[in-house]
Amino acid sequence: MTNKLIANDQQLTTTIWQLLENVSDPEVPVLSILDLGIVRDVRVAGEEVHITITPTYSGCPAMNTIATEIRLQLLAEGIQNVTIHNQLSPAWTTAWLSQAGREKLAAYGIAPPQNDTATGHMLKLFGQDTAVPCPLCQSANTHLVSQFGSTACKALYQCDDCHEPFDYFKCH
Amino acid sequence: MQAASDAPAHPTYSPEVRHLLFDYVVQLADTSLVLGHRLSEWCGHGPVLEQDLAMANIALDLLGETRSLYQYAAELEGQGRTEDDLAFLRVATDYRNPLLVEQPNGDFAHTVVRQFLFDNFHYHFLQRLQASPDAALAAIAEKSVKEAAYHLKWSAEWIIRLGDGTEESRQRIEKAIHKLWRYAGELTTPTPTEQALQDLGIIPQYSDLQSSMAAYTAQVFAEATLPVPQNVPSQLGGKQGRHSEYLGYLLAELQYMQRTYPGLKW
Repeated sequence: MTNKLIANDQQLTTTIWQLLENVSDPEVPVLSILDLGIVRDVRVAGEEVHITITPTYSGCPAMNTIATEIRLQLLAEGIQNVTIHNQLSPAWTTAWLSQAGREKLAAYGIAPPQNDTATGHMLKLFGQDTAVPCPLCQSANTHLVSQFGSTACKALYQCDDCHEPFDYFKCH
Repeated sequence: MQAASDAPAHPTYSPEVRHLLFDYVVQLADTSLVLGHRLSEWCGHGPVLEQDLAMANIALDLLGETRSLYQYAAELEGQGRTEDDLAFLRVATDYRNPLLVEQPNGDFAHTVVRQFLFDNFHYHFLQRLQASPDAALAAIAEKSVKEAAYHLKWSAEWIIRLGDGTEESRQRIEKAIHKLWRYAGELTTPTPTEQALQDLGIIPQYSDLQSSMAAYTAQVFAEATLPVPQNVPSQLGGKQGRHSEYLGYLLAELQYMQRTYPGLKW
């Protein structure tokens, strides 16, 4: 390890959490993986670093990229002995998105998730779609175009006032 | 990166149970793989852009579930086979997916009916699988059930739109229902392996699912103004390796790269 690093395990853990802030979601680069809440644990045991992450959606193709980015960030600081663990349970939920993350999403033009409670409502067919304000003009007059958008985590909406389509980060 | 799903600690199984569980987990993985592959065939050919995206998204969710399942199976087997070996290097008679999911896409109505029959089972099954004493299966179920809920909403809403739609949509969906209903029963007909795992309490009893599934079908079909088919004999065999011709062609495409360039890596 280089002399940039701090010898103490606890301080190293803190340093690693800070470094992970620099790892962003490849699809939504304004968000860090900490904003997303996908880093579940950082554990330092002597020379070994163990990081536990959880996927947002089962098939999320960004997870490999994120794991590689984590390694590169830590390697740049001389941390080499890194094991990344993937944990499925407890399942990731949009409730783990930080408040800062939600604000960054909105500023980027993606409407943040509205209501993170249980998914029972999902089976309500043709039910009232989640009312989502337009992130561009803030109008409440928007409609759902499709539950499935450009990535697994997003739905497609359109604003009836400014007419722009926009992505909505789905509750999950 | 380590396996996409480091399976949490699970009970120590006897070799017999481990073998049963391996066969079953491979069956689940084969099912999501084949259906995911069928849906991916729509990519670029969907009737409208939003539904093209929807089917690709559903396929992606299913393939994510597939990977977790094959990884767990490989771990249970403990003989050095990887998720890729299991997905790409077995012959058709070794696959354990039910016949329903290997049926061709046909028109959009066929795809919707096939999807609804699967989703209705998959969602109700995953809900109960969350309570399995096998921690890895429970974790996979907990992860996938939320996605399955979105899939079921999609397919159920399309049953309704097509059934209670135009003269043409109604003709097409009735034809699809007539063609595919015989494959529905296999989903909840236990094989000896499934029966053994149900008796051990590791997986849910399919008989427990049937009333919820039937009630949901009745509700959706009523709104679609479609009659629910009655007394249709079930065509079985997929879960025991007796497949239709369709699977051979599907695997020829799916396995082509891995078999032509053994050991290829991205």
